[in-house]
Amino acid sequence: MVLNKFRLNLKSILAYGALIAFSMPIFLVFLWLVITTFSTRTEGLESLGWTLSNWSFLWKSPFGPKFQSIWIVTLNTFILATVMTTIVVFVSAMSAYALSRMKFAGRKGFLSATLILHAFPSVTLLIPIYFVLRWITKVPIIGQGLPLIGGFGFNTIGGVALVMVAFQLPFGIWIMKGFFDNISWDMERSALIDGASRFQVWWKILMPNIKPGIAALSIFAFISAWNAYIIPFTFTVGRAGKSTVLSVYIQNFMSESVMTEWNMVAAVGLFQLIPVLIFFFFTQEALLNIYGGGAKGGA
Amino acid sequence: MSDNFQLERERSSLSSFPDSKSLFSKLKSGLLPYAFLTPTLIVVTLFFFIPLVMVFILSFTNLDMTNFGILKWWQPANWTLDNYVKIFTNRFFPRILNNTLMYVSMTLIFFNVGMALVIALITTNINRRVGFTFRLIWLMCRLTPVVVYIMMWKALAGPAPMGVINKHILGPLGIGTGEYLLNTNPWLFIILVNGFIGASFGMIIFSSAIEAIPKDYMIASKVDGASTWQTIRYITIPMIRWPLLFVTTYQTLSLLTSFEQILLLTNGGPGLYETEVWSLTAYHRAFSSYFGNTQWGYGSAWAVVLVIIGIVMAIVYLRVFKFNELIQEPKIDQL
Repeated sequence: MVLNKFRLNLKSILAYGALIAFSMPIFLVFLWLVITTFSTRTEGLESLGWTLSNWSFLWKSPFGPKFQSIWIVTLNTFILATVMTTIVVFVSAMSAYALSRMKFAGRKGFLSATLILHAFPSVTLLIPIYFVLRWITKVPIIGQGLPLIGGFGFNTIGGVALVMVAFQLPFGIWIMKGFFDNISWDMERSALIDGASRFQVWWKILMPNIKPGIAALSIFAFISAWNAYIIPFTFTVGRAGKSTVLSVYIQNFMSESVMTEWNMVAAVGLFQLIPVLIFFFFTQEALLNIYGGGAKGGA
Repeated sequence: MSDNFQLERERSSLSSFPDSKSLFSKLKSGLLPYAFLTPTLIVVTLFFFIPLVMVFILSFTNLDMTNFGILKWWQPANWTLDNYVKIFTNRFFPRILNNTLMYVSMTLIFFNVGMALVIALITTNINRRVGFTFRLIWLMCRLTPVVVYIMMWKALAGPAPMGVINKHILGPLGIGTGEYLLNTNPWLFIILVNGFIGASFGMIIFSSAIEAIPKDYMIASKVDGASTWQTIRYITIPMIRWPLLFVTTYQTLSLLTSFEQILLLTNGGPGLYETEVWSLTAYHRAFSSYFGNTQWGYGSAWAVVLVIIGIVMAIVYLRVFKFNELIQEPKIDQL
């Protein structure tokens, strides 16, 4: 018995030991980030002096007066993430409703296409998408004349958001359809008998009932837009142009020269990470579930 | 005869009852599903279907920055197979192919499937709360903005005395000369950096699959005196073979087309094409050629090869994973 208990302990010590050893790089990188942002200089994880001056970017432009204030860039990123999240949630909820509740010619083809697109590597289409965006730019007003988002063409926040929406939609439709499928249709049917239109039913009866689904998809979409690098980098121009987002902003000053101010760049990086961390702490369960949910069909 | 006629009349009047709606409302309800689908159709057409056709056409042309606006790339008269010949006769083609195969297979084996399975197995066998926390920690890598994530790894690999590994591990052990590890071991870091992001996908799918295995099996194997290893080998692994196959195929495709991390970490360097993979080549040719000449046509040809692999694999998913069964008829239709 004693031996048994000892063996059990040994086994769990081994398990915890292995887990911590494997996860070590993750602890190290985040520890480095936090230490560096509050140090004048670092050697490894050792700080050579503590300071708050790396955070001065909050009130003055970090890379000289000719570059934009961090708040404009943050606002751009926030607008991008919000626009993209809103469109993804509404558009995928509409399509998912039709796919879940209506019979129509081409439904099967549409669903298969959604599934194929879900697995399809969309990054391979970046080159032609570049041309599509340049065409949209030529459309008056929608192209590049809208306030706040700039429009939906090349080098605008709206254009970048729209491309990200396209990449995110198959996943979103798939998730939303799962939530619609799980709602009993009695409620919906009684509303229809009472004379509500399908659109009213969707908006007033079903949408309030899939709040967990909307929340999960929103968090996921928001974080992926907030973190995005390759799409904004490819489809906007200039290191600190009018449509620059945080990822592009940081990266440009990292590759700049040998004289990179690592501590300040790290601080800007942590600044970008903070909203993600906040989301992360409040929505853990939803995040772990949505990844499982996204692949439930296959698994 | 007349009875029959009567019946026929009754039946036809019955069946025509819902048709009492006007033609307009019939048309309206018939078109309604498409109204719901319109926004998706617009976006998907603009950013999937048109680009899909275009990438094939562009790959047959030599469109680049110098002849943009002059070359009529949409005319079949201007189409050739030159780009494909150029790919396969490229001096660096063997190296790029080799890099791609190594990158995909190593990351897949050691992390996206291997490490994912190990973490899933450990975290489902220890205290629930602790296991959950560790899974979240691994998910963190995926949720960190990729630019920040790469910056942290660059700091880890940095030269002595700044780099964490050089300062705290290699230095005290007296290994190496404190060089920038991304220059001395670029592949190790590319696999680690991608692996720590990639492992979380498999980890989550595996751990939910493992938690879904009925506890009876585990208890039965324990009663029969199986060791933990035997239980894993003969119960858990066979029970999650579908998720295993799914993650393997899905992650193969996503690794094959992912280049963001490599672009930020080594950008294909440190030597000539030393860490350049297939998808990164497509990107470099089309968007950031070193000579300031972006070759959209040539880059498209590199991308088309991946597009074809993507389409084939997507269709395989539909067949192998019986996605068709998920496409059942909807319960509610018209009222």
